[in-house]
Amino acid sequence: MPTPSNSSTRNCNQMPPILTVEGLTKTFQMHHLGQSLMAFEDLSFTVSPGEFLLLSGPNGVGKSTLLRTLYRSYLPVAGQIRYDSREGVIDLAQAADIDIAHLRRTEIGFVTQFLTARPRVPAEDIVAEPLRLAGHSRDDALKEACHWLKTFGVKQDLWRAYPTTFSGGEQQKVNLARALILPQRLLLLDEPTASLDVGAREALVTRLADLKSQGVAMIGVFHHAADVAHLIDRDIRLKPKELSDVA
Amino acid sequence: MTALAKQPPQLVRTRPLMTLNGISKTYDDVTALDDVSAQVYPGEVLGIVGESGSGKSTFLRLMNLQETPDSGSYHLDLPDLPDNLFTLDRFERRMLCARQIGIVYQNPHEGLLMTHSSSGNVAERLLIAGERRFHVLREKAQSALEASEFPIPRMDAPPIELSGGMQQRVQLAKAIALEPAVLLLDEPTTGLDVSVQALVLDTLKRLQQERRITMVLVSHDLGVIRTMADRVMVMRRGQVVEDGLVDQVFQDPQHAYTQQLVHAKL
Repeated sequence: MPTPSNSSTRNCNQMPPILTVEGLTKTFQMHHLGQSLMAFEDLSFTVSPGEFLLLSGPNGVGKSTLLRTLYRSYLPVAGQIRYDSREGVIDLAQAADIDIAHLRRTEIGFVTQFLTARPRVPAEDIVAEPLRLAGHSRDDALKEACHWLKTFGVKQDLWRAYPTTFSGGEQQKVNLARALILPQRLLLLDEPTASLDVGAREALVTRLADLKSQGVAMIGVFHHAADVAHLIDRDIRLKPKELSDVA
Repeated sequence: MTALAKQPPQLVRTRPLMTLNGISKTYDDVTALDDVSAQVYPGEVLGIVGESGSGKSTFLRLMNLQETPDSGSYHLDLPDLPDNLFTLDRFERRMLCARQIGIVYQNPHEGLLMTHSSSGNVAERLLIAGERRFHVLREKAQSALEASEFPIPRMDAPPIELSGGMQQRVQLAKAIALEPAVLLLDEPTTGLDVSVQALVLDTLKRLQQERRITMVLVSHDLGVIRTMADRVMVMRRGQVVEDGLVDQVFQDPQHAYTQQLVHAKL
């Protein structure tokens, strides 16, 4: 069981928080083993617009699990995740699926290092998809997609190719272009710089700095935090405790 | 500890397009569906997974008004329709399905006249809806076949002469010819080669993006559901054991059966 500790604060961002997490607890119930495993317990913190929060701590302490719980890919068992959406405050811990899907399309983004490519869909279409789902025309979405593929250093002769055959690094660039094409209000970043080459890493950090200056709040896990050191406002350190079953 | 209960929608104020409440259906002594409810919102893709005999195809047939349940109601949020569509008679159901509910079956024999021309199969749907002008029938059939990425030079070939993937495209063209509010898909890619399966899924995904057609997709293939669906309902023995966003159900399944299902995927 990790516990959080605010280990450093650089920026006194006084804006009201966009996200307020209180008493958040996540356990995984493993029916085939007849037991539950605690991922984290009673976490509380806030994030304000334009603030960059780093989640740190050793491997397996629950950093990625926390990000996925905030995104609601994982269901929490206790606590609140109050998110100040454009349409009012909502508790993401208990929000209806349809509300979560709506927020993912419009306000909350999740950036990972892994691309979920569909077979026989060209890179440019995969990148353009979030814009198309948001109602943009195919031409506009593709134009923007090409801009971001170029920015992240994907070679032009790959734009119409299928990313399922790309190298890991190239897939990751396509994934970043897709994840960051549509400006969001809250971005969750799960090791997005891992295994990126220098050029793509610089492009990503520039994009993140740009989004931060536009007021986008970010919570991130970075294997090499030095990549984004100048962006970090606060560091939440998750501390491991002895693992225990809570069946 | 169990996951926190979900609240009713708060931000999305759109009414569900489809609302099925408390549907039960038995065949002789066998319970196919036991108090199943579902809501589908405009533009979303609801996936339904479950093993054979779980009731998922029965549920889809009820959505297509092919059958009437023992109890429960079905509402479509469209003008001039009753609160419960199961009160409609056979003719009214046929007209409603022709205009507003398209379906693609796993077996093309269920949805197509295999020895009639492909274009004629699509035109049949338009005829039921009242279109009689030959050139309009022809144009609309061609347009629907094009949207389904069917090779137009072969539009007059009967489905029996076509490959499985092409037959599914004819079914799809027939289903979308009148731009229905809902598209029901019953194992649409089962039995196809993986490469053909990918092409059919691409076509469906493109239609969903471009036309925002609301879809209900039944499949036992978790990969297909993961690729296509926004939300997923897991059925077992005629009941819904779990439902949620597709990434959540696959990454953090709550029910023992869903965990078994997800962990069994290769």
